[in-house]
Amino acid sequence: MPQFTGGTDSEGGLGIKLLPGLRSTESREDRGNMPVTGAGSAQSGGGAPPVPLTGKHANMSSGNGYNHQDPDQSLKRTHVDGAEPHALPTPISDPPIRYTKLFINNEWQDSCSGGKIPVFDPATGNQLCEVEEADQEDIDEAVRSARAAFQTGSPWRSMDASDRGQLLNTLADLVERDRRLLATLESLDSGKVFLMAYFVDLLATIKTLRYYGGWADKIHGKTIPVDGEYFTYTRHEPIGVCGQIIPWNFPLMMFAWKIAPALCCGNTVVIKPAEQTPLSALHMAALIKEAGFPPGVVNVVTGYGHTAGSAISHHMDIDKIAFTGSTAVGKLVQKAAGESNLKRVTLELGGKNPNIVFADCDLEYAVEQAHSGLFFNQGQCCLAGSRVFVEEPIYEEFVRLSVEKAKSKILGNPLLPGVDQGPQIDQKQFDKIMVLIESGKREGATLECGGSQWGQQGLFIQPTVFSNVSDEMRIAKEEIFGPVQQIMCFQSIQEVIQRANDTHYGLAAGVFTNDIDKALTVSSALQAGMVWVNCYNAMSAQCPFGGFKMSGNGRELGEYALQEYTEVKAVTIKISKKNS
Amino acid sequence: MLRTVISRTLPGLSSHLSACHFSAAAIPAPSTQPEVHFNKLFINNEWQNAVSGKTFHTINPATGEVICEVAEADAADVNKAVKAASDAFRLGSPWRRMDASHRGLLLFRLADAIERDSAYLAELETLDNGKPYAVAYSVDLPNVVKCLRYYAGWADKWEGKTIPIDGDFFCYTRHEPIGVCGQIIPWNFPLLMQAWKLGPALATGNTVVMKVAEQTPLTALYVANLIKEVGFPEGVVNILPGMGPSAGAAIAGHMDVDKVAFTGSTEVGHLIQQASGSSNLKKVTLELGGKSPNIILSDADLADAVEQSHFALFFNQGQCCCAGSRTYVQADIYDEFVERSVERAKRRVVGNPFDLKTEQGPQVDQEQFNKILGYISSGKREGAKLMCGGGVAADRGYFIQPTVFGDVQDNMTIAREEIFGPVMQILKFKDLEEVVTRANDSKYGLAAAVFTKDIDKANYVSNGLRAGTVWINCYDVFGVQAPFGGYKASGNGRELGEYGLENYTEVKTVTMKVPQKNS
Repeated sequence: MPQFTGGTDSEGGLGIKLLPGLRSTESREDRGNMPVTGAGSAQSGGGAPPVPLTGKHANMSSGNGYNHQDPDQSLKRTHVDGAEPHALPTPISDPPIRYTKLFINNEWQDSCSGGKIPVFDPATGNQLCEVEEADQEDIDEAVRSARAAFQTGSPWRSMDASDRGQLLNTLADLVERDRRLLATLESLDSGKVFLMAYFVDLLATIKTLRYYGGWADKIHGKTIPVDGEYFTYTRHEPIGVCGQIIPWNFPLMMFAWKIAPALCCGNTVVIKPAEQTPLSALHMAALIKEAGFPPGVVNVVTGYGHTAGSAISHHMDIDKIAFTGSTAVGKLVQKAAGESNLKRVTLELGGKNPNIVFADCDLEYAVEQAHSGLFFNQGQCCLAGSRVFVEEPIYEEFVRLSVEKAKSKILGNPLLPGVDQGPQIDQKQFDKIMVLIESGKREGATLECGGSQWGQQGLFIQPTVFSNVSDEMRIAKEEIFGPVQQIMCFQSIQEVIQRANDTHYGLAAGVFTNDIDKALTVSSALQAGMVWVNCYNAMSAQCPFGGFKMSGNGRELGEYALQEYTEVKAVTIKISKKNS
Repeated sequence: MLRTVISRTLPGLSSHLSACHFSAAAIPAPSTQPEVHFNKLFINNEWQNAVSGKTFHTINPATGEVICEVAEADAADVNKAVKAASDAFRLGSPWRRMDASHRGLLLFRLADAIERDSAYLAELETLDNGKPYAVAYSVDLPNVVKCLRYYAGWADKWEGKTIPIDGDFFCYTRHEPIGVCGQIIPWNFPLLMQAWKLGPALATGNTVVMKVAEQTPLTALYVANLIKEVGFPEGVVNILPGMGPSAGAAIAGHMDVDKVAFTGSTEVGHLIQQASGSSNLKKVTLELGGKSPNIILSDADLADAVEQSHFALFFNQGQCCCAGSRTYVQADIYDEFVERSVERAKRRVVGNPFDLKTEQGPQVDQEQFNKILGYISSGKREGAKLMCGGGVAADRGYFIQPTVFGDVQDNMTIAREEIFGPVMQILKFKDLEEVVTRANDSKYGLAAAVFTKDIDKANYVSNGLRAGTVWINCYDVFGVQAPFGGYKASGNGRELGEYGLENYTEVKTVTMKVPQKNS
C-alpha cells in the first residue's frame, strides 16, 4: 500500500511550491501584488517567504488548517524558493458530474417522489446540476438495504476484519487516483479554495480512510478476571445500521470521518450529505462500489434536513446516529432518538472557541495562527477561533497586525491559484453573517476592517476584524461561521479562564505562551475537547475530536472513535474450576 | 443475582443451589424494626427539609404500613443541590485539587463504613424494599462494598494517552471528569444501584446529584451520612428523595447538570433522552428494561438449567431488568423442563422477608403488584397455559404466587412486555437459527443466556444474540469487573468494569507545538 503521499511526484513537489502561498508567514507585500485572477498567478502565488523554511517548521503552520501532510514534503522544501515555474495541481475544467442519483444497495436510483435539489456554485450563483431529493420513502429503502447487509451471515458480517480494512485501504487508493477531480468538485460545490481542497481536505480524507483501514482487525475485546468459577470476555460488536448526517463545510472530509470508523467496526451506513454540497459524496459512493464493498453497506442519500435528516433521526430501524452540524439541530437529533428507538447519538456541534494569547508569546506567529484559526475555510469551521483573547500589554499591537493580515487576504474564484478566500456557502449563511456584523457595529465593537460584501457577484464577504469586543455582545456569544474575527482584551490568567469557559460551547481552544506553567494551567482549566498550545487547528486522524458541553457528545477520530461505533458484549461462561 | 458472592460468602454451598438457600448460621439474626436515622434531603453535606416543606410516606411492602415520612425534593431542591455540586466542582475546589489517589482512598473508606454497618443496612433495605434479608445481607451488601472498592482502585489508574500525531506536535489526552452528574436510580436494588452510580462517578472526579426512588429512599440516605463521615468534601454527593415527574424531570432538564445517568424503565428512558435534547445536551447513559431470552438446548444439564432458569426469573421477586423472562426450551426436552420448573416454582418459599428461610418477599408497591396481576390475566386471556401460581399469595402486603406459564407464543403480551414480577414464560423452539431470530425479535437487548454443552452452539448463539450481556451455562453472574448495559432500547452506555469509566469522562486532546520532533 502506498504511503501517505500526495499523488504523483510532480504533484508532491508542487505541494511544496504551493504551501508557502497558503502559509500566513508570507509577507503582505508578497501577497499584495498577487493578481486575483489570471493564469499568471500560479507562479507568483508561490513567492518566496520572508524567512527561510527549515525542516518541518514551516509545514507545521496550520495556515492549511489541518495537520495532514505529505511526509516527504519537508525534504523537498528546498525547492520552494526556486524561481523555476512549477505546474501547480490545477482544477479539471468543466469536470464531468456523473453522479446525481441516490446510491442505495450499490445502485443508482431516482427518488420515490421524483423531487430534485438544485446544486449551485456559490462563487457565481450558477446552477451546476440537479440531484435527486430523498425523503422518508427513500430513507426507508436505504435502511432496508443497510439492514439486509447487516444480517447475520451476510457477506459483510461474515467478512474477515482484515478484509474490511483492506476495502478501506482500496477506497483510499481510489480517492487518491481521483484526487484532482474530487478537489475540483469540492471547490465548485462548496466554494472552498481548490488548492486547499486538494492539499487539506483530500489528504485528510485519504489519511482518515487509511488510518481506520488499519484499525479494522485491531479492535480488541478483553478477557476479564471476574470473581467465581467463570470465564468472561467482551466482544466489541458493530452497532448495526448507522445514520450519518454531515455538513457542507468539509463535505468529503466529514464523509470520511463518518464512514471510516463505522465501516472499520463492521457497521452499515445510511449517510446524508448536506443539500448544499452533495457532489463529492456521490462520487465517493461510486468509488465505494468500485472498491468492492458489498451492496447495502454504504447508502448515500441526498436530501434536506427537515425531511430526509428527520426521517433518519426518527427511524425505528437505525441503531445509531452521528450528526455534525449546528447545536440547534443537534438538540432535535437527540430528542428524536428519545422519541423513537433510543438510537445511540453522537454529535459534533457548534463552537465559540477561545484562542488565548499571552504577552510572552511569539507575537507575529500568534497573530498568524489566530488569523488562520479564524479565517480558514471562509471562517466556516466549527473549530474557528472566534474569540481571540489577547493580554493587555500586547493588545493594540496584536489588533494592528491582525488587521494588516486580514487586509492582505486575496478573495476570488476559488478555482484560481493565489486566491485564499472563496465565497460563503449560500445566501442564508451570507445573510446571517451580515446580520451579525451589523450587530457588532451596533453594540459598540470597533470595526477595524472589512464588514461588507466583496465583489459584484457571488457570496463573498470581506475579511472582517472587530476589536474592543466585550463578552456580552452577540458577536462574542454566537457562532458566526464566517470571516469575522473578534479580538478581546484580558488582564489576568484567572480572568481569561473564567471568560473563556463562560459559554454553552466547549469544542476547541488555543493558548499561545512560552511559559509552560501558563500553558498547563490554561489547557487543563479550559472546558474544551481540543486544546492547542502554540498552534491552532492542528488535527490528524490519530487525534480525538469532539466537544464538551453543548458542542457535542462523543469523539471522532483516533482510537476513541471506535467506541462510538461498537456495542460491548460481555460473555460469561461457567467453568468447572478456575486457575489464575 | 451475584452468585459469585453467594458461593464465596457461603463456601459450603454447591453452585447448583439456588441463591436463596442460605445457611442461617452465616447470617446474623436481623432486627425486624431497624431504626430510621435519616429522612431529609442531603445537600452540601447537610440535612435539609424540602423547600416546599413537603414530605411523602415510605411503605413497608410486606405489610403495607407506613415506615416514616421522608422529605420530598422538587425543582427548587434540585436547584440547590446542583448549585452545591457545581460549587464543589469549581476549579480550585478541594475536590478538584484532590489527588486522584485520595479520591480512591475516600471510596475505600466509604466501602469500609458500609461493611461495618452492613447488617443494619440490610435490615433497612429489607424493611423498605421487601427483599429477603438473607439476600440483602449476602448479595446486595457485599456487592456494594466490592463495587466501591473496585472503583476506588481505578481512581489513579484512569490514564490518558500520548498520541503520535503527524507533524511537529506533541499530543496527549486528559481524561477529565464531566462535571455535575445527575443520577436517577430505581427501587429494585437501592443500595447496589447507588454504588454502581457513585463508584465510577466519584473515581473519575465528578460531583453528583442523585435522586433515589420514592419507594426506597432509606438506605441511600444512611449511606449519605457515611459519605459525610468518611470525609468527602461538601457538595460532592447530594442525595434527594423525590418523585420522577418533579425531581427527576428537574434533573433531566437542568441546564447545569452535565451528565445524567438513569436506571429504570424504557418509557422514562425516552423522556430522559428527550429532556437532554430540549435542554443543554447533557450526556446521557441509560440502563433500561429487558425481555431477556434464556435459551436451553436439549444437550444441557437439565437439572442445572431448570434451577438456573428459575433463579434467572424469580430472583428478587422477579424485579430485575435482566430477568430471564423468555425461557426458550428446545422441543425434545420442553415438556420435562416445564414440569420440573413448575415443581421448583411450587417449592419456592414466599413469606416474611425477615425470615431467613424466605426466598421471595413482597413486590415493592401496590402499583407494581396490580401491574403484574394484570399481566397474569393477559397471559391467561391470550391463551398461554397457566401451570402454577397466578394469584395473590397473602392477605396483606404485596405478595404474588410464583407463576409459570407454558405454551407461550412470541406475540403474547407476556412474551413481549417487561412484567417485572415472579412470572415465568416458557417457550418452545426447534432449531438454533430459529431461536436466535426469535430471541432477537424484541426492542430490548439487555441480557441473554444459553445452556448447552456444545461449544459451537454456545459460540453461535452467544455471538448472534443482540444483547449487552450473554451468560453461558449460568445466569445473573455479575462481576463488578465486567461491563453491564444494553443494546437497542435497553439502554445506552455501559456500567461497571473499565468501560464504566468512559461514561463519566470527557476526553480532552491537548496538542502542543514542539520545535522538532524525534521518535
